[in-house]
This record gives sequence, structure tokens and C-alpha cells, in this order.
Amino acid sequence: MILLQASGGFFSWSWVAGHLDDIWARTVEHLILTGIAVAVGMAISLVLSVVALRYRWTYPPITWFTGVLYTIPSLALFAFLVPITGLSILTAEIGLVSYTLLILIRNTVAGVDAVPAATVESARGMGYTDRGLFFAVELPLALPVIIAGIRIAAVTTIGLVTVTALIGQGGLGFFILRGLSLFYSPIGTTQIVVGTVVSVALAVAVDLMLVGAQRIATPWSRRRAVA
Amino acid sequence: MIGFLGDVLSWFGDPSNWIGPAGILNRLREHVQITVAATAVSAALAIAPAVWLAHRRIGGTFVVAVVNIGRAIPSFAIVVLFLPISIRLGLGIGFWPTFLALLFLAVPPMFTNAYTGVAEVEADLVEASRGMGMTDREVLTKVEIPMASPVILAAVRVAAVQVAATATLGALVGWGGLGRFIVDGFAVQDNVTVFAGAVLVAGLAIVTEVILAAVERWIVPTTLRSRAAEVETVAA
Repeated sequence: MILLQASGGFFSWSWVAGHLDDIWARTVEHLILTGIAVAVGMAISLVLSVVALRYRWTYPPITWFTGVLYTIPSLALFAFLVPITGLSILTAEIGLVSYTLLILIRNTVAGVDAVPAATVESARGMGYTDRGLFFAVELPLALPVIIAGIRIAAVTTIGLVTVTALIGQGGLGFFILRGLSLFYSPIGTTQIVVGTVVSVALAVAVDLMLVGAQRIATPWSRRRAVA
Repeated sequence: MIGFLGDVLSWFGDPSNWIGPAGILNRLREHVQITVAATAVSAALAIAPAVWLAHRRIGGTFVVAVVNIGRAIPSFAIVVLFLPISIRLGLGIGFWPTFLALLFLAVPPMFTNAYTGVAEVEADLVEASRGMGMTDREVLTKVEIPMASPVILAAVRVAAVQVAATATLGALVGWGGLGRFIVDGFAVQDNVTVFAGAVLVAGLAIVTEVILAAVERWIVPTTLRSRAAEVETVAA
């Protein structure tokens, strides 16, 4: 309290100017942690979605299980894993992937379900096999809804990566955690603010990129996808 | 692994871990206390303005923007950020930074879900009510609010679970709660306490979800139940 009044400031631009390399390195680390989590999450979700679509009875247990994972608070989920996988990147990724599954599977299944029956019929009439129908017709038509899911998963993951600072990873969360230990000084608050602002900016940038990707991938659909 | 789980079990079996200011019971009380307080105050702040604005059809674009931005702000960052803010305001560490961070995180999704719930009541229904001669106030209280109630209740449930989860992080800014076991366990590299804390926190989040879902099923009429499903996608 006294220190804070004595130092006066809340934010130190000189700290930022002196640590641009550091900020860049942590931003890249943040993107890598996010990229791995979303990519692995998408691969697992695609497999589980195909299973759920093919064998309908598996859908409720799949959403139940991924729903439980989604409900477990992030700090607790990481804490569960630490005794097993240690303070490692693997611990962070297992936790991060777990949170993407529910969103990605729900949107993939909902997207494929929403493909009009008439379209599926026509494709069958044209001689598509089950596999061809899924990859060439259903999946592309479901793409707007699937990408809406990927957007939510990516933005959520970028936020959660900051928490992994507590298990020795963290990307930009590193600055937030270090700022916490120096919270009474402007250097500390500066780091908290930098970690937060860059992380939010990253989320917004990735979200916009995915919107752009969707427009390119689905030129036939300029309508807004329902999230 | 078996030995480790045995250690966790004996940790739970040790009465000294249950009682006293740092015991499970007191930490649970602190956790539930701040969760209930933050959820109740957020609901009070968010729901009435949301319902009224949705009734007047004001601010739809704003609502969409809030949902997107809200998702991008890491809760960990908010909890930490409210520590220097709370100190500047003279509120100190512990309860206040945690409580304010929880409000900041819970109000926007509750607002937007309640808004969406009312805004998505079918236009035909509202038209028909007006045609029957209902006043503006009657349309709101007898049609829009009852029709939106499943969505609003689901919004409260989703927010409460999120608040219970985020309250765990309060341990980082000097608050008690069940997060203490995890954070303190990390600090001294005591994996048994960390794991036990994780069990307690996860258990509380799941129990909160199950209890509130049951309350919802009990209150909401069968015919309106499908409406509550909408909120999941909005809040997820």
C-alpha cells in the first residue's frame, strides 16, 4: 500500500519497452500451446463425432463424459494430472484438450444433423457411399457450424492457457503469475496487464482469422453460422 | 499409483484435515459462501436490466459483442488483476478481489443469456398477446418472462458453476476456499494435498451443477423444457 502510493504509477511503459523480446517469446509459446490443444481436440472430436453419428446410442454417454470434463474447474483438472504427468507440457495439453471436446463434438454432430434430408437423399441417389457421403457432402455442409465450434474452443483455450502458468507452462500467463508475486509494485501490475491484454488480443485475432477461414472454406454460405 | 491413492484416502481419513480454520469444512464453507454471494449479486445486477432491454428490443448488437469479448478474457487474469485494484480501493486482499472478479465474470453471461431468453420468445406469441388486449406490462410479466424462465434459470445455473470453479482461483489472492489445498499443495510440492484439493473442487462443481439442474427440472414446466437447451450453446 505504502509502496504503491510512493511509486504512484500503475503501469510502466519502460518495462514493456525493455521486455518486448520476452513478450514475443511468451506469445509464441501461448500460440503453440493453443494450437496443439485445438488440433488434438479436433482430431479426437472428429473420431468421437463419427462414432456418435454412426452409433446413435453412444452420443449421450459421450456428451455426458465430455460434459463432466468440461465442468471440472481448470485448476482442479491440472491438479489431478500433476501427480501423474508432473509439471509438464503434457499435463497442460491433456487438460486443455479435455475442455475442447464437448464444444467440438456438440457442434460437429449438430452441424451434420442439420444437413437437409433431401440433400442426403440426392447424394445417395447419385451413388455416394457412406464414407463419400460423409466426407464430400455432410462434413462440408456442416462446416459453418463446426467452425463456429472451433472458434469457441480456440478462444476458450487461449484463456485457459494462462492458468497453466501455475503448473510451470502458461505462455502469457507467466507474466500474470509473476506480476501476482509483485502485485504491490507498478512492475507487477504492468506484467499482469500485459499478460491479460495480449492474451485477449490474441483471442480476438485468432477468432477473426477463423471467421476469415470459414468465409474462404465455405464460399457458398455467406449466412452467419449459428454457434 | 495405488500407494499414492492410498495416501490420498488416508488424507481424507485424517480428522485433523477436516476441522479448524484450515480444515476441509471451513474451506468448503468459505467456498460456498462466496459462490452463493457472487451468484446472487450477479443475478440481481444482470437479470432485471437484461429482461427489460430485451423487452424493448434495445442493444442486441451490444449483447453479441459482450458474449464474444467475455469469452476471450481469461478468468485467471481477472482474479489476479482485481488484487491491485482492490488494494487501491482500500478493500485489501482475500474476499474482495475474489468477489469483485467473480461479479465481473458472472454478470456478462447472465445478462446475455437472460437477454437472449426474452428476445427469442416467438414474435407470433407476443403479437397474439397484444391482440388479446394485454398491456405492455402484461406482455412482459405474463408471456415473455414465463416463456423465458427456463433460459434464465439455466443461465443462473451455468453462471453458478462457473463462479464455483473460478472461486478456486481466489486462493491466489489471499481468499480461502477449497482452492487453498491446491495452491498451498503446489507451493510445498505436496501432491497428496493437491490431488485431494482437486477432488474436492471438482466434486463441488459437479454437485452444484447436479443440484441446480434438479431445481430447474422441478420448477420448469415440461412443455418449456426444450428452451433451456438453448442456453448451453450460448454459454459454452
